[in-house]
Amino acid sequence: MQINGAQAVLKALEHEGVETVFGMPGGAILPVYDPLIESSIRHILVRHEQGAGHMASGYAHATGKPGVAIVTSGPAATNMVTALLDAMMDSIPMVCITGQVALPAIGTDAFQEADTTGITMSATKHNYLVTKVEDIPQVIHDAFHLATTGRPGPVLVDIPKDLVLPDAVFEWYEPTGHDLPGYNPKTEGDPASIAEASKMIMAAKRPVIYSGGGILRSRAADELRTLAEMTDIPVVTTLMNRGGFPDDHELNLGMPGMHGNYTAVMAMQEADLLIALGARFDDRVTGARDKFAPDAKVIHVDIDPAELGKVRFAHVPIAGDAKSIITEMIKEIEKLGGADGQPDRDAWRQTLSGWQEKYPLVYGDHEPGKLLKPQFVIEKLAEACPPDTILCSGVGQHQMWASQYWTFNHPYTWINSGGLGTMGYSIPAAVGAKAGMPDRMVWAVDGDGCFQMTSQELITAAVEHIPVKVAILNNSWLGMVRQWQELFYDERFSETHFGSEIPNYKMWAEAMGCVGFRVDSPEEVVPTIQKANEINDRPVVIDFRTQAEENVYPMVPAGASNSEVLVDPSQRDADSSGETS
Amino acid sequence: MSHIPEFHTIVVRVENKAGVLARIAGLFSRRGFNIESLAVAPTDDDRFSRITIVVDVASTSIDQVVKQLDKLINVLEIRELDPETSVERELMMTTLSAPTPEARREIIDLVQIFDAQVLNVGFDQLMVSLVGSQRRLDDFEALLSRFGIIEIQRTGKIALSELAKVEPTES
Ligand SMILES: Cc1ncc(C[n+]2csc(CCOP(=O)(O)OP(=O)(O)O)c2C)c(N)n1
Repeated sequence: MQINGAQAVLKALEHEGVETVFGMPGGAILPVYDPLIESSIRHILVRHEQGAGHMASGYAHATGKPGVAIVTSGPAATNMVTALLDAMMDSIPMVCITGQVALPAIGTDAFQEADTTGITMSATKHNYLVTKVEDIPQVIHDAFHLATTGRPGPVLVDIPKDLVLPDAVFEWYEPTGHDLPGYNPKTEGDPASIAEASKMIMAAKRPVIYSGGGILRSRAADELRTLAEMTDIPVVTTLMNRGGFPDDHELNLGMPGMHGNYTAVMAMQEADLLIALGARFDDRVTGARDKFAPDAKVIHVDIDPAELGKVRFAHVPIAGDAKSIITEMIKEIEKLGGADGQPDRDAWRQTLSGWQEKYPLVYGDHEPGKLLKPQFVIEKLAEACPPDTILCSGVGQHQMWASQYWTFNHPYTWINSGGLGTMGYSIPAAVGAKAGMPDRMVWAVDGDGCFQMTSQELITAAVEHIPVKVAILNNSWLGMVRQWQELFYDERFSETHFGSEIPNYKMWAEAMGCVGFRVDSPEEVVPTIQKANEINDRPVVIDFRTQAEENVYPMVPAGASNSEVLVDPSQRDADSSGETS
Repeated sequence: MSHIPEFHTIVVRVENKAGVLARIAGLFSRRGFNIESLAVAPTDDDRFSRITIVVDVASTSIDQVVKQLDKLINVLEIRELDPETSVERELMMTTLSAPTPEARREIIDLVQIFDAQVLNVGFDQLMVSLVGSQRRLDDFEALLSRFGIIEIQRTGKIALSELAKVEPTES
């Protein structure tokens, strides 16, 4: 069958099982948009290409399927860069198709020409500039394979316009294999290393399972739970793995890191064995690297061999897929006698529960005449929503409170920008998640700063009937930066005040086709959330007016050792400076 | 603190595709790896190229260099060559000032001693070349420097593993 390049792009996407794409047309990609009218693929027309990228990412997070974005050349491709790098840092499977100027025009500074493959080289797992129309099926097939296997990530396919014009025809074929001689990710762990790791686990006195986003990517939440329960070893869940182990499980110590639970932070710090599963010793987790977990031996399981030993020496490095390795580990530990073969860890358990009792997450009561406590809003929101609600977040204080005060009991219910920390991530990610999971309730928790970056995608949501809900924790500041200025810059608040009068979020929401609410007092919080939860035909935005002075605690100051974690002021000893040790 | 370089040679087999060199160069710059020299050319199979990279690993781990390179989709194989068990060669071409018959004679003497070659002769200059180990090229360059080096170009080294000297015994 003879088809042209544009038809081939869509046929190749259909062939990969793509049902939904996010994008915006323009000159170079126009020919691909023409046959889209006949295609079974649902196209969601965004208001900004960055939105398309984050939607693809939210879609991928929520569904486990690769997210797909299609945009034109030049400025559209550069608008996509943030979303690509975001997906790269958080290992999100994504395929992005960009238009490019015609082959003969490449290198001439043609209208809307950008060196897209050059610009995105370090923001993608791999990228392609297609140079022959008959390569389209193979390249797209390979792109999906790369995006979804090994360590997942974004792959970009740049297609010059002359290859998708109606007269660029070729004989369609279905690729049978892959043309990737240099790519063969290893998924099975080395059995000897797994056996050694299992022995170390059995012997450890103060072990902690350090579980990261790799658990979710490898769909290994059940295996993680089995491992933790059979060994009775406590688990910390990083920002990327919230939901990968249930929050209400007694072995869950919560989130570690800069704004982690005291117990999670200190458990890692005092451990004699860290069992890192799909985690990468990010600096936001380790604090000062040379003072991190000084007594711990390390077992490190990761699909990406380059992560092993990159930041922290691993006594037992195991490259491979977390699900398969944990499964093998469980068998090995059973052979070694399971829970019975382990030393007495009562002292460790008592230390942990002592910390939990002494330093739970806390926030103050509402102060009359003051605005809302943001933590209270998150707690009430979590209580009012079904347990399988998908929560997306922007970047800042609200993100940390969302992670801390929501109870995540199911995998794939938490979607945020961890590695890149991209403000404005939440709304488009929520739209993508809801597009992929229309039957689930999807909330975005956003800051006022973040909202002003990407809220135009609520127009997309309204027009495309994707009823997401947004809770703005509106403190009228770039809150997280304000917090750093308060604590580390002598309260010199340089350029972080947004003001509380402009914009009017309720009116703005309404103008975008959403329902808008504004909440100032604690009594209105729950009733307004309930109202929002009953609306299913449109997006909803609630402007929660929150107290600007509220800071996120615990906090490990940047560059400090995790042992110097600052707890909430109310938990500090009168005679100490705020540090707990 | 003065930086004392420590060089390792790695040989990388890559797909012979557009942009591969840019991917490698980009990786080195963004990860802060230092390239001392780099030589690249197609192999007998024109689908692949072979790149010899000399890296300074004084401030980065060679393990990371190799693993990060391995993540590049177009990279097929990476080998680290041990200088003890590999044969290395580099090519140098240089134009020297030789305005007097004495200078010419002395240069030609050195060329003969080093088994180098005179490539081109000008009325007051000589162009010579030498193939050899890096060390030998360094010595030659040092000895020539007093004549006045007008231009010099070195290729960066290429290397292959040393061959076995005895037939392996069946075990
Ligand atoms: C695109 C981008 N620009 C700047 C920053 C730096 N930054 C981190 S948090 C933050 C403030 C976020 O403010 P807001 O969205 O109101 O959230 P809050 O911290 O008040 O909850 C800023 C400016 C960033 N992370 N991303």
